[in-house]
Amino acid sequence: MLFQEVKALLHKELLLEWRQRYAFNGMLLYVTSTVIVCYMSFGVRSGMLTPPVWNALFWIIMLFTAVNAVAKSFLQEAEGRQLYYYMLASPQGIILAKIVYNALLMLLLTGVGLLFYSVVLGNPVQDIGLFIVAMLLAALSFSATFTMISGIAQKAGNNSTLMAVLGFPVIVPTLLMVIRIAKNAMDGLDRSLSLDELLTLLAINAIIVTVSLLLFPYLWRS
Amino acid sequence: MEKLTHWWWKGLAAALLLYTVTAGLLLDAPRLPILNETIRALHFHVPMWFGMLGLLLLSVIYSVRYLRTGELRLDRHAVELANAGLVFGILGILSGMFWAYYTWGDYWSNDPKQNASAIGLLIYLAYFVLRSSFEDDHQRARISSVYNIFAFAALVPLLFILPRLTSSLHPGNGGNPGFNAYDLDSKLRIIFYPAVIGWFLLGLWLASLRVRLRRLHDTLEENL
Repeated sequence: MLFQEVKALLHKELLLEWRQRYAFNGMLLYVTSTVIVCYMSFGVRSGMLTPPVWNALFWIIMLFTAVNAVAKSFLQEAEGRQLYYYMLASPQGIILAKIVYNALLMLLLTGVGLLFYSVVLGNPVQDIGLFIVAMLLAALSFSATFTMISGIAQKAGNNSTLMAVLGFPVIVPTLLMVIRIAKNAMDGLDRSLSLDELLTLLAINAIIVTVSLLLFPYLWRS
Repeated sequence: MEKLTHWWWKGLAAALLLYTVTAGLLLDAPRLPILNETIRALHFHVPMWFGMLGLLLLSVIYSVRYLRTGELRLDRHAVELANAGLVFGILGILSGMFWAYYTWGDYWSNDPKQNASAIGLLIYLAYFVLRSSFEDDHQRARISSVYNIFAFAALVPLLFILPRLTSSLHPGNGGNPGFNAYDLDSKLRIIFYPAVIGWFLLGLWLASLRVRLRRLHDTLEENL
């Protein structure tokens, strides 16, 4: 029941995205221009971009991309249409579909972002498999956290300052874990060393998704 | 918290704190290298964190109760408990920085617990920014209750799990002597435990006063 609902809603989100191509194209350009700005301001030839800096810079770009991409998830549709969905579907279905859709969007954006970032700024990653796992988990946790936060910010008049203020402190534990896993992947450390971080990240994700499912019904009722 | 109208627990708080201040500063403390007399910060810095967590936990409980019943009275308690918790957090971070300057040599040493507490304070400051962006009382109460619960769920891994994954400069972490290691004769414990209770009760007292003030404001506004 819930599964079918989520599937239908996800299909709707993807269809809407495909017809408008607003969020995706806009965010793609956002990632590209940010990477170019970083490239120019760092002046790579002078060798300032050490691997830790490369890593931190990449994830900060992704963090800002996520805030901007996910902030649109409740903005895109008019209020009247949202009311209509709420009559048709359960709140759990709506939030789950949004989380999955945003995770897919973030995955695509981080993928494209990484490709472009590596072309422009070089790619010092030694264990690309682990790095991709970190990207997968990052996409999932960014979307889970920011979907809920964007729902809250939307009720408060949808300003982007509020989105950043509310979201950044909450995302910090996840971001720290992701950066640590990515750093291990860059140094090509043995994968068993990253197991602790991976498990913690999964646990944080589980907490956030559960809390979102419990709280979203109260959020949309207003 | 409405049930705490009796005066006895306020008297208890005052007595315990009086005891904490005199005994904490005057009684004999273990002599340890580096820490020396700063070990007395245990009675003033650590209870701030215990008090903050206790008050924030109570605030979340009131938020949950608000979402279940929709009574504005409960939201008043939630916000003032969070307020008192924030005051404790700020005092905790300031006393910690002061202590760290004399033991670790710097006000801020990128210690995971220091960072985590700074982030925790940011979360609750954001909670108050969120509250101020609503006009309608019930809307404000509901949305900020949702954020309160969501943020608390995100704060717990930050405060309890992350500092344990990396080494910290704090006593008891990463090979530093902990509370148990230097407290064999329980000299500190007989002051520390009353201190924790006393400071926590003081926080409750503070919050209950603020709740009464807020209730007065609300009734005055209604009668205008």
